[in-house]
Amino acid sequence: MNSDEHEERGEAGGGGDGRPATELSAREIAAAVRGGSRSARAVLEDHLEQVDALEPELRAFLRRPSALARSRAQALDDARARGETLGPLAGVPIALKDIFVTRGVETTCGSRILAGWVPPYDGAHAERLERAGAVLFGKLTMDEFAMGSSNENTPFEPPRNPWALDRVPGGSSGGSAVAVAARMAAASLGTDTGGSIRQPAGFCGVVGLKPTYGRVPRFGMIAFASSLDQAGPLTRDVRDAARVLQCLAGHDPRDASSLRDPVPDLEVACERGADGLRVGVPRAMIEQPGLDPAVRDAFERSLAALERAGAERVDVALPHARYAVACYYVLSPAEAASNLARYDGVRYGLRVERATLRETYEATRDAGFGAEVKRRILLGTFVLRADSYDRYYGRAMRVRTLIARDYEAAFASCDVIATPTSPTPAFPLGQNAGDPLAMYLSDVFTIGANLAGLPAISIPGGLAPATADAPPLPIGFQLLGPRLGEPTLLAAAAAHEAETGWHAQRPPLLGGLTRGALS
Amino acid sequence: MSARDYQPVIGLEVHCQLNTASKMFTGCPSRTDAAPNELTDPYTLGLPGTLPVPNKAAVEYALRMAIATDSTIQPVSRWARKHYFYPDLPKGYQITQNDHPYALGGGLEVPGPKGAEHETTYVRLIRIHMEEDAGKNTHLHGEPDSLVDYNRAGAPLIEIVSEPDIRSAAEAARYLKELRAIVRYLGISEANMEEGTLRCDANVSLGPAGGPLGTRCEIKNLNSFKFLELAIKAELRRQRDLLERGEPVRQCTLSYDVARDVTRVMRIKEAAADYRYFPEPDMPPLLVDAAWVARVRSEVPELPAARRARYRGLELTAYDAAVLTADAALAAYFDAALARAEGEDAITPKKLCNWITGELLRRAKEDEGASLEPGRAPVEPAWLVDLVALVERGVISARAGKEVLGKSYAERVAPADIVERDGYRQVSDTSELSALIEGVLDRGAKQVEQYLGGKDKLLGFFVGQIMKATRGQANPQVVRPLLLEALRRRGS
Repeated sequence: MNSDEHEERGEAGGGGDGRPATELSAREIAAAVRGGSRSARAVLEDHLEQVDALEPELRAFLRRPSALARSRAQALDDARARGETLGPLAGVPIALKDIFVTRGVETTCGSRILAGWVPPYDGAHAERLERAGAVLFGKLTMDEFAMGSSNENTPFEPPRNPWALDRVPGGSSGGSAVAVAARMAAASLGTDTGGSIRQPAGFCGVVGLKPTYGRVPRFGMIAFASSLDQAGPLTRDVRDAARVLQCLAGHDPRDASSLRDPVPDLEVACERGADGLRVGVPRAMIEQPGLDPAVRDAFERSLAALERAGAERVDVALPHARYAVACYYVLSPAEAASNLARYDGVRYGLRVERATLRETYEATRDAGFGAEVKRRILLGTFVLRADSYDRYYGRAMRVRTLIARDYEAAFASCDVIATPTSPTPAFPLGQNAGDPLAMYLSDVFTIGANLAGLPAISIPGGLAPATADAPPLPIGFQLLGPRLGEPTLLAAAAAHEAETGWHAQRPPLLGGLTRGALS
Repeated sequence: MSARDYQPVIGLEVHCQLNTASKMFTGCPSRTDAAPNELTDPYTLGLPGTLPVPNKAAVEYALRMAIATDSTIQPVSRWARKHYFYPDLPKGYQITQNDHPYALGGGLEVPGPKGAEHETTYVRLIRIHMEEDAGKNTHLHGEPDSLVDYNRAGAPLIEIVSEPDIRSAAEAARYLKELRAIVRYLGISEANMEEGTLRCDANVSLGPAGGPLGTRCEIKNLNSFKFLELAIKAELRRQRDLLERGEPVRQCTLSYDVARDVTRVMRIKEAAADYRYFPEPDMPPLLVDAAWVARVRSEVPELPAARRARYRGLELTAYDAAVLTADAALAAYFDAALARAEGEDAITPKKLCNWITGELLRRAKEDEGASLEPGRAPVEPAWLVDLVALVERGVISARAGKEVLGKSYAERVAPADIVERDGYRQVSDTSELSALIEGVLDRGAKQVEQYLGGKDKLLGFFVGQIMKATRGQANPQVVRPLLLEALRRRGS
């Protein structure tokens, strides 16, 4: 894409109006930095101040390489002063889930077993974002090895939901959702294996986009379940998500599963509107016992908004959707058990030295992995045993094919499929921590997209009314598209956003305006 | 039951390291001569976030092998992970092919034993698959720590699995030699057993002749042709002893103890590791279309079996053909010489072969196995042809030819130049030789008398005197009729 087009489309008026940079979208920041009305340094400082102010309560960051970020921002300002043209994310402060490998900056994947590991290389994500001009300034907390739906599976302090500090922000990309919702980062990167971008985005009231499998390369993203993992952006509006994805997407020869298909202009796609789009609603799948009535109500309001924007509602069936959670909890632990075999204390990360090799392996992995990771390694090891392979892994692979065919059939009669992102709004910290099954069921609406490799987005879908124990909490609205259907998905999401304006709702923690604006 | 009532049944699993510039799934360089851990990169070390990407050159080398052995290339094959924990295995799994290897079936013709090379056998293949190698653990005696070298980790391998078609230890060694010749012809591997670029495991069973198959035992890590043969023999002895004592042979994995010439059980198969194979999720299936196979096929050179057949057609013996084809460089040398000798009727393929497999090969072996690859050989094929022509035309004697070849080899000088420089040219001028003969006969009047008296053996004496007088340069073919004629004249 021609970078000048960004300039024209960017909301250049947002630049020099005295608002703190934390109130700007990523596009506004890039336009301001490219246009010279704000320096990348000043933009970064605004965000670092916000982090200083809110981080003690929110705990989203595992690491803040501020000096590195400042020199990076300064380099951008210097480049501009020399007359160089800056990229589409010029000066945008972006924080990465700690699953993304960053050269010279400790990367732990939220696990003790990688404590102290400083990668000697940059992953595709850090590389591509920096090439686009982004200022990477932090590594965000997550469920250990991305295994979890609340970000409580962490050896560190669990992060808090900015809408209610006693609630989880969702997971596994909890830190990524918190940082964006609390205006500590203009955008962040998360990863989604079974809903890990979309569910926390929904819980925190931000946009979370999981692209088609292979659209964003996986090189430099620490593997959880290779056939399901996909990186994507969390942002505060749909067009920001489109821009960040534009910078991330495209083939990488270092990833054999990354797609070679050309990447269309995704911001242009956002302008299409929803007129004439057929929105498929898998009613039988949505109506399940665990569905919170507030989520159901919000979902209906979202559908109505899309209809007002010109979309048409159609019924679709996903007959095998009810097997998705079971299928996922066979396949993903199998791949995880394999992917995590490399953490043996021999070459990097934690080593707990014992008298024999075997004891060293056991002590290292016992001390290095948390309970949920161990549970999944055990599950995965079990289902791959020669005597249980056919009954579990083999069967789950066949079910996966059936689920993918369901979606294919459904997309014959609709353009996007709508569901709630999660059956409930954010739950209290500790509520599901001792009940893995309840936790697994919170992924019921998101897992299908991963099994079928399809793109899906969670956008703000309104607030659940306050109750006796909870303030108003965000509810996510999910849209799924066919393979490589990001343009349609973004069009529908942008139309919904324009119709509802719900993306502008702010966590009460931030006040009506931010600190900067009050001064 | 006596020993000869048992039938050995043997199959080999051969690992061959491909000599591509980079490793199987990463651009990291692959060599065998680097300092420890010099050949590593983030993928090789199993660093988090790294991914495997198949090396196209390695796949093409593997395809060559399948084509060379008539193994059926599969349009779709799959990568799989094989899991076990060991410090030399950086990811905790090895990427290999399990259920869906890239090549199935095929086989190769194995020459018979020395002197009966034409009695070939055909050993079928079950499959060939690609995989990445592990690193190397070294445990220093008396040290608490082990050392790990990851240079080899990720190196490209093919594993060639034979059917249990082999019937003796000697045949197993011949099969492996033929396999080595093929991969060397293909240029896809150094195939050096000492350096570990060719490795072999043997599955051995012994059962009553004509009866059901015996229980299969696997001998691991046989790193020379000699040990392969000795180990199989030792294992057959072990199994026969068990059978004759009426004890069962249990399926097991063994190692060969060189010092005691016995096989030792490492582990019983029931307790074997479960490798938890599953399809590699980081890479899509490997797709090989007909056009790709056709292109690779066009790059496959003439192979040992075909060359042996062609050489027999040139009226070489099966032994000669086997010697020439055992080494791709030697066969190429012979072919280059053949092409050069085209049109020289006096230089038959058999004569060239004799010079090459005799005098030249002997010198190369003395020269620590120097390569005879055309272009690198100390004596170029064209020189050798020139030398043979000099001998055949009688310009120099056969004995002088050997000396000239020796000098040519040592000094890298053309034989024709040496002949001139060092005066090896034979004396064939009849008037010059006639005068010489008359002189010799005059000086040996007594012997002439005896010869004429019937002592025919004295002919050799006269020849010797003439050779002595010419410092060996008289052409015996010319001398002989002149001498007989001169003697006849004196007797009449």
